[in-house]
Amino acid sequence: MTTTAERITATPDAAPARKKKSRKFSPWGVVAWLAGLGFFFPVFWMVLTSFKQESDAATNPPKLFFVPTLDQYSAVFNQGIGPAMLNSVFATGMSTILVLLLGVPAAFALSLRPVRKTSDALFFFMSTKMLPVVAAILPLYVIVSNIGLLDNIWALVVLYTSMNLPIAIWMMRSFFLEVPGELLEAASLDGASLWRSVREVILPLVSPGIAATALICVIFAWNEFFLAVNLTAVNAQTMPVYLVGFIAGEGQYWAVLSAAATMAALPVILCGWFAQNKLVRGLSFGAIK
Amino acid sequence: MTLTADTGADTGAKEVAERVRKIREAQDVGVSRAEGWRRRGPLLPALIFMIAVTQVPFLFTLYYSTLSWNLVRPGSRRFVGLNNYLAVIQDSQFWSVAGNTVILIVGVVLISALLGLLIALLLDRAFLGRGAVRTLLITPFLITPVAGALIWKTTILDPNNGILNWVLSLVGIGPVDWIGQFPLAMVMVELIWQWTPFMMLLILAGLTSMPRDQLEAGRVDGATAFQLFRELTLPHLRRFIELGVVLGAVYLVNTFDAIFMMTQGGPGVASANLPFYIYQRAFLGFDMGQAAAMGVVVVIFTMIIASFALRLIFKSFSGKEEAA
Repeated sequence: MTTTAERITATPDAAPARKKKSRKFSPWGVVAWLAGLGFFFPVFWMVLTSFKQESDAATNPPKLFFVPTLDQYSAVFNQGIGPAMLNSVFATGMSTILVLLLGVPAAFALSLRPVRKTSDALFFFMSTKMLPVVAAILPLYVIVSNIGLLDNIWALVVLYTSMNLPIAIWMMRSFFLEVPGELLEAASLDGASLWRSVREVILPLVSPGIAATALICVIFAWNEFFLAVNLTAVNAQTMPVYLVGFIAGEGQYWAVLSAAATMAALPVILCGWFAQNKLVRGLSFGAIK
Repeated sequence: MTLTADTGADTGAKEVAERVRKIREAQDVGVSRAEGWRRRGPLLPALIFMIAVTQVPFLFTLYYSTLSWNLVRPGSRRFVGLNNYLAVIQDSQFWSVAGNTVILIVGVVLISALLGLLIALLLDRAFLGRGAVRTLLITPFLITPVAGALIWKTTILDPNNGILNWVLSLVGIGPVDWIGQFPLAMVMVELIWQWTPFMMLLILAGLTSMPRDQLEAGRVDGATAFQLFRELTLPHLRRFIELGVVLGAVYLVNTFDAIFMMTQGGPGVASANLPFYIYQRAFLGFDMGQAAAMGVVVVIFTMIIASFALRLIFKSFSGKEEAA
């Protein structure tokens, strides 16, 4: 560590900006492309298989070229993917709205106008994320069934909100902390009320951060399986639970299975691609920018 | 690192002004209390919600773990003290499942951290289409885990028509029943596929924040690429790798989707981890008491890892403030 510090001071004004390398062909670039394509391959294969006829899907050798069809997509709609999709959209959308309604004020209270014991509150929020959900599933099941919410989508809305709220608070707090504190003071000196200065000065500045937070909440809520499979059955099943129906069919209906899996995965993959620059911040509770 | 003044860590004019304001407030108790509530107000809904939804169930779990309670036999509920814990300790399946859990977490975290490091180093160089490669690489982490596990189980690892066996047949390796013969290892392969992008993203963020002039200086001093990596890059990345490892471990304790979809914990409990075993005990065996006792054991187990994670995250915040 000390050597590092010495090196910094040894070259005070050398500080060359990151070299703009020419976009020349590099062998390491090829290796990187191979790694990327390798990791992406199962997803590519899933999407490809979803456009096959069943007779082209489970074959040895596997078929790369075939006559594409949308038959499998119409088949999954006939097999009741619609209600599952709507349940997923509702649970994801509703829980994300609730997360923002509860989380934005909380992040504000833990950053720009901090309360006493800020770090205790932050610690509490994060520790709830570290407790394994499996240890809570039994009482959750009993409570949810006692209040008559078993197989009801609202049970998932509430639980997904609690699942994402700690991440959202930490992440949004890290965005709030980037707002210069003087801005709020200046606004209040101009006689603006707190609410007005928040709405007109702070919110526009942090809205990209809030949007990224919302996207990350969407990804986690959409992909959640453990709570959904234990607390829902037919009426409130979400997309991941709907996919379970396909493991029983060992009869190798891979094309329709791939179509269903693609339908389940596509919305979150797009959200994640869109939010990829902020993904690290969400995953590390705002610790890494 | 906290923003409250009572740590007294920071100094400066702003701090003094804040303190003066605090003293004034303290003199006028009414005002300070109102101000305190006004500041606390926005936090309270989230705090109360989280306590109600996450803490109350855990208290119930503690209570259930002292009961002998079978869900399908009404009236079977009675207090048995610590007997459930005793039964859990004497359950040989529990120990092999606990072993699986440790193997799964350690194996997946270490291998995906290593792969993530290698790929992040590749991505740190400029080359044509770097953004596109990064987008491809993060996709396994984004895909619905249930869908990912389903695709691996069928189209890739299937003994008859899976693409892996077809590739191996080209070099003359006979068909292998991957999931049948190596259930836990295959679950781990699928999870490594999913978690390598996570590690890669964290480590890549570390590489991007690496001061370039240090490397330049080292290069001028005549250090080899490997020396530069060992002496400069790796120490800088340590914090990011540590964070990835502990966060990955905390998330992987909850692994359920991949096991549920690929092996159902089988054969026997050969590929079951604690969450899956607890699920089986509670919802297929209906033994609430013992399942709850195992849940408490998992919590203790996780808290040990989580304490490292929390310390690291708090440290990386304060470290940043020192640097600034």
